[in-house]
Amino acid sequence: MAGVVEMCIAIPGRVEKVEYPYAVVDFRGTKRKVRIDLLEDVKEGDYVLVHVGFAIQKVEKSEAENIAELLEKVFGV
Amino acid sequence: MERKEIIRKLAEAIRRESEGLGRIRIMHLCGTHEDTVTRYNLRSLLPENVKLVSGPGCPVCITPDGDLQRVFHLLERKKVTLATFGDMARVPFEGKSLFYYKAKGYDVRMVYSVFDALEMAKKSEKPVVFFAIGFETTMPSTALAIMEGVEDFYVFSAHRFFVPAMEHLLSLGDVKIDGFINPGHVSTIVGVKAYEHIDFPQVIAGFEPEDVMLAILMLLRMIKNGERGVRNEYTRAVKYEGNVKAQEVMNAVFDREDWEWRGLGVVPKSGAKIRREFEDFDALKVFEDVFEDFVPKEDVKKKACRCGELLRGLIEPKDCPLFMKACTPKNPVGPCMVSVEGMCNIWARFGVRG
Ligand code: SF4
Repeated sequence: MAGVVEMCIAIPGRVEKVEYPYAVVDFRGTKRKVRIDLLEDVKEGDYVLVHVGFAIQKVEKSEAENIAELLEKVFGV
Repeated sequence: MERKEIIRKLAEAIRRESEGLGRIRIMHLCGTHEDTVTRYNLRSLLPENVKLVSGPGCPVCITPDGDLQRVFHLLERKKVTLATFGDMARVPFEGKSLFYYKAKGYDVRMVYSVFDALEMAKKSEKPVVFFAIGFETTMPSTALAIMEGVEDFYVFSAHRFFVPAMEHLLSLGDVKIDGFINPGHVSTIVGVKAYEHIDFPQVIAGFEPEDVMLAILMLLRMIKNGERGVRNEYTRAVKYEGNVKAQEVMNAVFDREDWEWRGLGVVPKSGAKIRREFEDFDALKVFEDVFEDFVPKEDVKKKACRCGELLRGLIEPKDCPLFMKACTPKNPVGPCMVSVEGMCNIWARFGVRG
């Protein structure tokens, strides 16, 4: 993944294994070791946003579920 | 609902909401938002009176030439390994870039993370200088690396705090906008609270097309109701407090000075200067003697580049006479064409010509 680095880009992935301060994160099949020490208690199964090799925030649910919830608020569908 | 159907419904709601509002200009502040907007052709779904413009949300683009020149200056005078993110290495100054230096035999390395540079410093005999760019999203990682206290590892900080730039934009007379789409990833770090003091309609948005459309709808409603302050659309990743741990690390290492941005001039309290406690890792301090005779110049080759106006949302790439003529992703003239987050580069990649 070296080469193109999108500075602002953060990709969500699922934490597979925690080896503090690292964790193996699965990005739709591609696995990477990332630092997790910018976050408190990261657990296996958590979704995290990863930017330049660091998990910067936990994402609560899948993107899709959340958007559905938001739309419900707007349209009541 | 299908995605297409959702977006269509949102477009319809936006159209209804915009009726009677007059001309509305909304600015997004993140290269990744521009990517979403262009990729899904969202501008074509907006009514005539709602214009979506792009702001200074591209770290490579807003890094002024002065910083790049200083890095070149250092590289020419000290035997160091210079590590930086890929896009930054391609920005030209007077026709030279860090890639050019690399080809000339200088030790320039492209890294994915600051920790790649840190690992180099642990093994190398030479000092390693990390040319650090990026907003609050990236700063905590650099701060953590500095805190490790590794010998022969130095940071040339060109990091800039983004939130002050939003306030600065509003103070510039020529930037006429009615609402901000706040940058999603910066917001994961700084939280909703960081924007509360900005007396202006703002919505923090995620990066799916639905997110951006919903943010526009929310903004139109705020504008209609005369509401100011910040709302959060990106609740799945952005918390009210943000990432407190990351903020602590970032603020422990970086102070805030008045620094220049490309296109924006000097932005008060935006420059992430390394604090005195960590000056042993500050390349600008440690190699201070090198910069004694440094005089910044203007790049005549970039005279026609309109990146500065682009970063203030005043023009679009098509308004630059060089766009896709003298300036292409292969042969970029300005940083907005170099960076994958620059508006010129994004339009070029998705084939938008006007
Ligand atoms: S097309 Fe090239 S020259 Fe024109 S504004 Fe964009 S980067 Fe600058």
